[in-house]
Amino acid sequence: MTGLRIYVPGDAAAAAVGADDVATAIATAAERSGTAVDIVRNGSRGLHWLEPMVEVATASGRIAYGPVAVSDAAAVLKAAIANRGEHPLRLGDPESIPYLKNQTRLTFARCGIVDPRSLDDYCAHGGYKGLARALAMPATAVVDEITQSGLRGRGGAGFPTGIKWKTVADTAADQKYIVCNADEGDSGTFADRMIMEGDPFVLIEGMTIAGIAVGATQGYVYVRSEYPHAIAVLNDAIAAARRGGMLGKSVVGSPQAFDLEVRVGAGAYVCGEETALLDSLEGKRGMVRAKPPLPAHKGLFGKPTVINNVLSLATVPIILEKGPAFYRDFGMGKSRGTMPIQLAGNIRFPGLYETAFGVTLGELVEDIGGGTATGRPVRAVQVGGPLGAYFPRSLFNVPFDYEAFAQADGLIGHGGIVVFDDTVDMARQARFAMEFCAIESCGKCTPCRVGSIRGVEVIDRIIANRDRAANTALLEDLCNTMKFGSLCALGGFTPYPVMSALTHFPEDFGAPPRLAAAE
Amino acid sequence: MQGPLLPILHALHEEFGYIDREAEPLIADILNLSRAEVHGVVTFYHDFRQKPAGRHVLKLCRAESCQARGSDALAAWAEARLGVAFGGTTADGSVSLEPVYCLGLCSVSPAAMLDGKVVARLDEKKLDTLLAETDR
Repeated sequence: MTGLRIYVPGDAAAAAVGADDVATAIATAAERSGTAVDIVRNGSRGLHWLEPMVEVATASGRIAYGPVAVSDAAAVLKAAIANRGEHPLRLGDPESIPYLKNQTRLTFARCGIVDPRSLDDYCAHGGYKGLARALAMPATAVVDEITQSGLRGRGGAGFPTGIKWKTVADTAADQKYIVCNADEGDSGTFADRMIMEGDPFVLIEGMTIAGIAVGATQGYVYVRSEYPHAIAVLNDAIAAARRGGMLGKSVVGSPQAFDLEVRVGAGAYVCGEETALLDSLEGKRGMVRAKPPLPAHKGLFGKPTVINNVLSLATVPIILEKGPAFYRDFGMGKSRGTMPIQLAGNIRFPGLYETAFGVTLGELVEDIGGGTATGRPVRAVQVGGPLGAYFPRSLFNVPFDYEAFAQADGLIGHGGIVVFDDTVDMARQARFAMEFCAIESCGKCTPCRVGSIRGVEVIDRIIANRDRAANTALLEDLCNTMKFGSLCALGGFTPYPVMSALTHFPEDFGAPPRLAAAE
Repeated sequence: MQGPLLPILHALHEEFGYIDREAEPLIADILNLSRAEVHGVVTFYHDFRQKPAGRHVLKLCRAESCQARGSDALAAWAEARLGVAFGGTTADGSVSLEPVYCLGLCSVSPAAMLDGKVVARLDEKKLDTLLAETDR
């Protein structure tokens, strides 16, 4: 018989704040009270200030409790058995919580809801409908639909996914590959991790559709080693998909073959750059390649390769299921669809917020995020990871859109937002950006390898007030060299956090504040 | 298996806790690579140690999101508590302290990984409790 179904997230962020112990405690309490329970380790809903958030299945839908500590487990179970039972941590229907209710969950439609290791559960929640449709149409039509949807690379570069696919589809070769970039190294980002841990089949389905669309039979998911939970869930899901006939020599009984393998990174940030990732997959040092040739022409092992971010590939199934117009109708300008935005750092309501492009930075930080967790004023917000710009409050009206952020000398990157309060020292943040670049540089090009080290030294001199004006001018010149002379985004974009800190927060570098300086 | 070097190195690292210099020519021989190529790969990646770590490994996140929640002060505290700088191992060989640049736990910063177990919303007290457990 099936017992009371209780969901305790197995997501790493939930586990890191005690979810595993809570799951054990609930199981123990249930055994003691003679209650049959069926504990599902789901993904996270993304309301991370409420983690561990426990949900109980009832006849009228799920009821959430959170944040649940081990000491609350027995009482929460008792309340759950009573069904309507009152408990101070009772949140009610999780989907009625405004933070979740106000989102547009397309990529994350199932995350936190399904059992991530169950193929049946995935299919019961609408999974594999996109693949079914893709298999019923010509491969070129699949590529066309992705192009028409307006989907752009969610890893950060924002390149149209359909164009990438078409290039690979049009390149003749005896072997092609689909590579998923799951080397999510940007601080402030965790959406890839959440999908892999909460709804891995959507990624598997997306990669399978990509394989069929471009004629690739083998896929690799390159996951960073810092994500052991994601690696475990993904491996289980791939095995389940194989057993269920969704992967292998004949995908769902079709003549199409497609299989997948997880490969684990080894702690190198630069391997998130697509060509360095390909070298790493080949078993080499993760060195950036000069382009051309494009990976679409000569990628993994010299073969035409589609390399996409987790979120791009995980968005493919819903586009195929509902058609390109459905997806394209969300968003603004050239940024179509939705973006899973990640709210992190010093923020009151951290978590995953998927919404259509166009929401402003201020709405995200102040209204949705609730300002800082410390209660102090927000001073700076870094958007797009360690290579993204720091924004002051005066730029909070910028809408979340690839072009609008570029115009404000920033980037949306992978959608991570890290909030800092007024205790932040922006000169120190600028120094860290250079330091990080120096630590993680692959060493192939000089502006990045040497420039980052010189950058740390120059900022140190500015901080120490040694020849400040001249060194500030030198820093700007160095940033310009790195921006235009580096081979990839690591050296090329490190100037964004540095220059934005210098431009918007000059007082932290010993210069007059911006308003006064502007006269 | 295509591109087998990283999986091989991961397997060795998992088994021995580091990549022994003596393993490099053996791997090179099997994969028809030069010893320099293998050594180059071992030394490129932060994950691969070239000598054994302490009995416990504490990887403390030093990236921006954790910085925004006070990880720099926590890092300084950890160094003082353990009496060792980042990259070092305590004199008694119990704990190696390593930096990590993002564990993807940015919504529950500051975060760390102790022997493969993730821990977050850290403060000095919580970290002290964790370290006390390794002392036993």
